[in-house]
Amino acid sequence: MAADEGPEPAPPARTQTAEIVPLRLPPVADEPAPEPLPDPRTGDVDEWGRSERVRSFVRQAYDPMYRRWFRAEWEGLDKIPTEGGALLVANHAGAIPSDAPTIMHGVEVELDRPVYGLADHFFKSMPVLGTLWSRTGGVVAHPDNAYRLLREQQQLVLVFPEGSKGPGKTYNERYRLRRFGRGGFVEIAMRAGVPIIPIAVVGAEESMPILFKVPSIAKALGAPYFPVTANMALGPVGAFVHFPAKFKLRVLDPVTFDDVEPDQPRYSRSRIMDESEAIRQQIQEALFDMLRQRRSVWFG
Amino acid sequence: MPKRVLITGLSTYWGGRVAQALEADPDVEVIIGLDTREPKVKLERTEYVRSDENYSILSRIVRATGVDTIAHTFLVVDSTQMSSRAMHEINVIGTMNLFAAASAAGSTVRKVVVKSAALVYGSSPKDPYWFRETDRRVAPVRTKVERSLLEVESYVRDFARDNPHVCLSLLRFSNVIGPDISTPLMNALQLPLVPKVAGFDPRFQLVHEDDVVAALLFALAHEVPGIYNVAGDGMLPWSEIMAIAGKRGIPMPPFGIGMATDPLRRLGLVNLAPELIDLLRYGRGIDNRAFKQAGFEYQYTTAGAVEAWVQSQRLAKTVGTKAFDYRYEEDVEKFFRHSPAVIREHSDQA
Repeated sequence: MAADEGPEPAPPARTQTAEIVPLRLPPVADEPAPEPLPDPRTGDVDEWGRSERVRSFVRQAYDPMYRRWFRAEWEGLDKIPTEGGALLVANHAGAIPSDAPTIMHGVEVELDRPVYGLADHFFKSMPVLGTLWSRTGGVVAHPDNAYRLLREQQQLVLVFPEGSKGPGKTYNERYRLRRFGRGGFVEIAMRAGVPIIPIAVVGAEESMPILFKVPSIAKALGAPYFPVTANMALGPVGAFVHFPAKFKLRVLDPVTFDDVEPDQPRYSRSRIMDESEAIRQQIQEALFDMLRQRRSVWFG
Repeated sequence: MPKRVLITGLSTYWGGRVAQALEADPDVEVIIGLDTREPKVKLERTEYVRSDENYSILSRIVRATGVDTIAHTFLVVDSTQMSSRAMHEINVIGTMNLFAAASAAGSTVRKVVVKSAALVYGSSPKDPYWFRETDRRVAPVRTKVERSLLEVESYVRDFARDNPHVCLSLLRFSNVIGPDISTPLMNALQLPLVPKVAGFDPRFQLVHEDDVVAALLFALAHEVPGIYNVAGDGMLPWSEIMAIAGKRGIPMPPFGIGMATDPLRRLGLVNLAPELIDLLRYGRGIDNRAFKQAGFEYQYTTAGAVEAWVQSQRLAKTVGTKAFDYRYEEDVEKFFRHSPAVIREHSDQA
């Protein structure tokens, strides 16, 4: 679409094009890059709201949780690239999902590179928690945000395609994956030209099992769901403490889309749905396999 | 560079700055400035025409002067300045009349530059972190200033569609900061305790006033049809902007801010624009790369603009604010422009 061939990839064309937006930009002048402007920053919050200072503090605070409480154990961690963009895709569970911090912490500690976690905009609308979420690497799940992170900044991005339907399922449906949205994550990976790395997580389901849900409260709060969890039996503080279920994380083989061009405005819907379903199947089978080998919920 | 320019909103900060800059260019033959109030800055050769707020005399001016370029800088983007009815007259009806005049049969207008605002994107938790020019707003329209700007843009779009021979640039500016201008955001930063929303620390993107003027002049001087975002590089959390300004914040309740600040507003203590309240919760980022790609170069990043403003505040604290000692006197201005006694370099073009 855009006729430039600069090092920076052209943004993807949009379906909604306002009529007076120029479709071809004037050629970039062949001048040396201008000197960077003075930028007197005092903080280290990046354009996504992530702060490495806050993040490293949270890493320190969370490490005992990760090592002692959940005793997280990885398998195939070397399949996550140490450089370049990649989309991490995992199953999602637990009333207050414990898998997102575990995956983000694990990858950051083991691979020493930041992970941005895509999540529902509901987080951003919450006071205090929303700010903390943003400072620790949370980003609102929006295709433009994901594209920018993956394609232009070559970052690691974590997404749970089940969305809130994953953690919002009751205990008797544990480890049965929900629909993977509309396959948007596949389209983003194709457009950004990055691999998808599926991760199967065992343990999150038992860390905060949902007994039943109260839709009326959820509606009043504007939340995706309002759970009544087994943890609530431990009192008001206990309601926010996860059970020490043993965490096992298996990184599956990366899925690449070398045969499709990045930066296309649209991709074949049937191809997207097929790939999405294949990845879902892959994670589901890995989960069943891991559950077959699991002797104890608490000791693995 | 344009030859014959009509500037709307000559007495606004932007109209005055653009007129001053155009006067310095000998290629610009005629500069006509329209406004309801008299100009606030000293101008050498700009012709000031008083009009009513919705420009009913505009088509006559365009016909009589044969202007080729219109710089539409009159749009109100600060709802604390005036009543919503006055704002509607200026923004919507004024723009409607402007485009009616510019698209009349035999119109000589070939270029229009409109100064709009990033307000049209709104601010909500569902937004992309960087709005592109092609993106539609996500949040429903709630404030009057946003609604009027969206109506203005729909007129702009219609005009561009009907008049493909006119080069139309629509510039959407993010929140402006700078030594000489006053905006709701800067007013908030000047309070002894800066309002913030408890539990929120949104990302802000600002643009320096000099970059705004430079962007308008760039669009006037170059062929850059289309919509462009104009904003400094980088995004700062509100807390960091306060830190650069050396200010402490006062938390407001995260919900029902309108209700909480309404009594203060009635007492005239705090005039927090409603369009600022969502911004203080969720922030807004706009993608400025298209305008850069078109060749525009910024002088300030977001942090640089804040720092420049803070320095000007420090200076003002010591030597006092620079008072405008200029007052428009019609007879004096008429004398300098039209009296045969005055020796003029451009007299042959008059």
